[in-house]
Amino acid sequence: MDNKDKKIAVWICQGCDIGKSLDVAALEKVATEECGAARCSSHPFLCSPQGGDLIRKDIDAGANTLVVAGCSPRFNVHAFAVDGCWTERVNLRELVVWSHPPNDEDTQMLAEDYLRMGIARAKKAQVPEPLQVEIDKTILVVGGGPSGMTAALEAARAGYDVVLVEKEAQLGGWLRKFSRLFPKKPPYRELEATDLESRINEIEQNPRIRVCRGATIEKIAGQPGQFDVSLATNGTTQKFRVGAIVQATGWKPYDAFRLTHLGYGRSPDVITNVQMEELLASGAVRRPSDGKPAQRIAFIQCAGSRDEAHLPYCSAVCCRVTLKQALWARELDDQAQAYVFYKDIRAAGQYEDFYRRAQEDSQIFFTKGDVVSVEPSGGRSLVVEVRDTLLGKRIEVAADLVVLATGMVPVAADGEAIRRLRDAKAVLEKGEAGAQLQAAAETVEKLQHHGGTDVLRLEYRQGPDLPVLKHQFPDSHFICFPYETRRTGIYAAGCVRAPNDSEACREDAAGAALKAIQCVHLASEGKAVHPRWGDQSYPDFQLQRCTQCKRCTEECPFGTLNEDVKGTPQPNPTRCRRCGICMGSCPERIISFADYSVDIVSSMIKAVHIPDEFEEKPRLLGLVCENDVYPALDLAGLARIAHSALIRFISVRCLGAVNVVWIADALARGFDGILLVGCKSGDDYQCHFIRGSELMGTRSDNIREKLKQLALEEERVRIEELALSEYRRLPQIIDEFAAQIQEIGLNPFKG
Amino acid sequence: MSTNGKTGKVLVIGGGISGITAAIEASEAGCEVVLVEKRPYLGGRVAQMHQYFPKLCPPSCGLEINLRRIRTSARIRCLTLSRVEKISGSSGCYRATIGTFPRRVNARCTACGACVAACPVQRPDDFNCSMGSTKAIYLPFETAYPLQFVIDESACLGTACGKCLPACPYQAIDLEMKPETMEIDVQAVIWATGWDSPDAATIEGLGFGTCRNVITNLMMERLAAANGPTGGKIQRPSDGRAIQSVAFVQCAGSRDENYLKHCSAVCCMASLKQARYVRQQCPDAQIYIFYIDIRSPGRLEDFYAESQKDEKLHLLKGKVAKVAEASSGGDLVVEAEDVLSGRRVAQKVDLVVLATGIVPAHAEARVEVDGGLRRDEHGFLTSDQPAAGLLAVGCAKRPADVAACVRDATGGALKALQCCVERASG
Repeated sequence: MDNKDKKIAVWICQGCDIGKSLDVAALEKVATEECGAARCSSHPFLCSPQGGDLIRKDIDAGANTLVVAGCSPRFNVHAFAVDGCWTERVNLRELVVWSHPPNDEDTQMLAEDYLRMGIARAKKAQVPEPLQVEIDKTILVVGGGPSGMTAALEAARAGYDVVLVEKEAQLGGWLRKFSRLFPKKPPYRELEATDLESRINEIEQNPRIRVCRGATIEKIAGQPGQFDVSLATNGTTQKFRVGAIVQATGWKPYDAFRLTHLGYGRSPDVITNVQMEELLASGAVRRPSDGKPAQRIAFIQCAGSRDEAHLPYCSAVCCRVTLKQALWARELDDQAQAYVFYKDIRAAGQYEDFYRRAQEDSQIFFTKGDVVSVEPSGGRSLVVEVRDTLLGKRIEVAADLVVLATGMVPVAADGEAIRRLRDAKAVLEKGEAGAQLQAAAETVEKLQHHGGTDVLRLEYRQGPDLPVLKHQFPDSHFICFPYETRRTGIYAAGCVRAPNDSEACREDAAGAALKAIQCVHLASEGKAVHPRWGDQSYPDFQLQRCTQCKRCTEECPFGTLNEDVKGTPQPNPTRCRRCGICMGSCPERIISFADYSVDIVSSMIKAVHIPDEFEEKPRLLGLVCENDVYPALDLAGLARIAHSALIRFISVRCLGAVNVVWIADALARGFDGILLVGCKSGDDYQCHFIRGSELMGTRSDNIREKLKQLALEEERVRIEELALSEYRRLPQIIDEFAAQIQEIGLNPFKG
Repeated sequence: MSTNGKTGKVLVIGGGISGITAAIEASEAGCEVVLVEKRPYLGGRVAQMHQYFPKLCPPSCGLEINLRRIRTSARIRCLTLSRVEKISGSSGCYRATIGTFPRRVNARCTACGACVAACPVQRPDDFNCSMGSTKAIYLPFETAYPLQFVIDESACLGTACGKCLPACPYQAIDLEMKPETMEIDVQAVIWATGWDSPDAATIEGLGFGTCRNVITNLMMERLAAANGPTGGKIQRPSDGRAIQSVAFVQCAGSRDENYLKHCSAVCCMASLKQARYVRQQCPDAQIYIFYIDIRSPGRLEDFYAESQKDEKLHLLKGKVAKVAEASSGGDLVVEAEDVLSGRRVAQKVDLVVLATGIVPAHAEARVEVDGGLRRDEHGFLTSDQPAAGLLAVGCAKRPADVAACVRDATGGALKALQCCVERASG
């Protein structure tokens, strides 16, 4: 719809104290006479069925844009939503009458400004037209171990086609090597056989699953719904398209050769838990050195785990694996004894029953302690030296066989590190002189070991693989949203995401399969995934004005933008989470969404009535993140906590989605101060767009420069971080800021 | 999301983090969902948490996003103050009978709170583990969804009193609201009934119920929460003093043949997390953790490693035998054997927190289910149920932390979706 074709109907709800606290007639005048709305009416209880009927009458009579001034947009969503019609919600309740004194001049001015801002937005915002692209709904599962097989089966059972890619000649992953597992079902006492063969049969018989064995990925180009995969199998390349990807590439054992102090590599009778599986499966536990039966078996837990010098994390399953192996060894030879040296036995939940089962065996001994060393002694034995034991001293225990419970390392690549390595190599190749060369050389040295590790080989400017968290796991940073990796449509499952047992991995894989299904389902409707679920807007780039500064490409947290040789961004809209960080970063302001753009917010800023310098009424602008801070404003209002009436708030998608021109616009317009509040940044960041507050922090350097140039005080722009649970702090922050601005004095550019 | 264009319908029993997740994920994959919650609000146990481990982030952040998804969804119907009474039918074809208790407050409520002053009745505040009281008409907490007051029927004096009625500016109170029953047909039922705290008073010798300053992990969570009974201040129940020392007693009544045999998987991390709360408020407090094994699996080990750097945090391996009051002042003495040194310990502390663990909430035990439900010996629902389309997720199935429950619930939503697809194509 063209903006000039908009016919705006404004409705003001008088309920919830609004009618009692404001001059509604004056508001109606602002709407119609000042802002040119086609009509403006009020109603005592707009969210009632009668209110709804009256609104619909307006629509029937030709209104195509609605402004509803009343409660917060977070409430009564369905009451005021009309299909195809832009509905602007103006918050006169939580933000005005619940947090300011009634029938007060400043409160009235505040309400009028919010109405002006809302109408300004309603005049320009468009109901997004969803992107229509051809979406393939096939799910690609990378990795054919228990996690991958489960993801494939579960997706197929839900009616989706699957391509399951496995680099080995056979499916099964590590389950091929582990013939018996610790119990996953009550009463959690007896070892279980794997159901590998029956699972493989199920997969092979499922018409929706295409299995590619002995296959490696050459590259994956495109975006969710349109991932173009090139797969190499036996020297030939096949190409096909998929919609979403589950990475279930599993794990490899920690390199035990690094554990020389535990005897690995120095004696053949020091083996890993993985090697022990093979011995047990053979039917008899024989010492590798001389083939004699091993009757004193020492299990050393946390071998190279929970150790800053090796793997700092715990691999979650090794305790239960050892319990299994000890019981199994005892089953094979009841003369055998097992000595388990542990830091903590981690058999949590119902697995406590399995631990109890092992403790019932009088020939399995548990000793808490740190194993200092494993030394070959004269003859057949090995000596395990242990410190800080339950007996309170150092002890030495002789063993025939020592099993090191080593941990799991994810088979994943650090996508961003590989990208930085490639960029640094490119700089070196170009050979230009300067500080850049030095920095590039250092980067290459530091990141060299990432070379050649890529797994998914995504053709993404931001790197060929998923970004990783601490310890190189491609996991989500969020507890409440554990599948949200930083690449839309690509989900990690199983031990590559976090070490775990096969049952937990299967549950994990089922979840990842659902997220993959949701992604293609949403993409087919032009909708975004987490956290702006259902959002059909997408960023539009006016590339003819692009200056190739590359800020959008670099700052996009989700790798949405590729780049051509000149550095012009190439958007891939289904990768996009609609955060608007690109829009915030662009100095030329060429990026916009149908309902959220630089122009829209600038118009809202300019719609505010700024009293001239003689009225002594400063004006503050508040830009607040919609995820945590806007709801915090609502909560403060609900609690009837007042805040300064000098401030006008605009909700933004993210602090990263704030274009600094808005600050310039506000200052030019005569605002005296700008307060920006967003989510927590840092290592334990809360931003669902990863780096919003952090970006605003770095951009604020530019802002400070600008303020200096204008000879304005730095304090006029303040950035704060707030969690929703801290809503009581927000009125304090606002009031402090207001007091500070009043002290500094009015903006000299006002008037 | 089905092969012939008809959408399937799923019933989710329980509106905690697992139920909310299962409902939202299933709905965003195309299913219609009915979410039934016995309490007057969604959020279950996580609504009572101050922060999650290991990030020490507030539950309200993720809940706000999830509630936005629920509020804007056209496919989720939430019924609070409701219970499932009966489920009949068989694989993929269930009929559920749902009973809704009267809230006695209708949709006109704006949570303004004008009714509170008028109400003459106090009732124990269950949201705050009875550490305080509310009026009979109350708002469970400020971010409750739905954001609506509720009347505790067992405390309210009804129309004989009626003092709240004239106080309400919106005619939102209806003291004569009646219970309702409805029946729905669904293809799958997801049990997300969550957990309860076991009764700590039954554990002999640990002083709960007799010593005023012995509390549970859940109570400590409420003390630390800004919307808790003390506004977020961790203090002794007996005299309101800030604490200088605290003992966490792990496995209190758990991993124990005489009480709960299972391990509750999250209490080690919960206590380590709460130790951080204490450290933040009381920089000099001495913190003692009595444990059998510290279970911080996987990457949670980082949190434990960081905690161990705190010089005033003392980890003692040894089961606590006894907690008793030292004097009439409310101070406590914790008796245990420190197995690593072999010494007996009698540690005087201001406050004792019992890590009492979790037991499956037996809501489902009151539901009549055709064919019954399978449970293990601890009462948790098993992964394999007799009928297809009956799925247990979250703590109803096994004790687990929030991230694990969310993953499990997401997988459960997929299995429910499969039932809808099978039904539609059958």
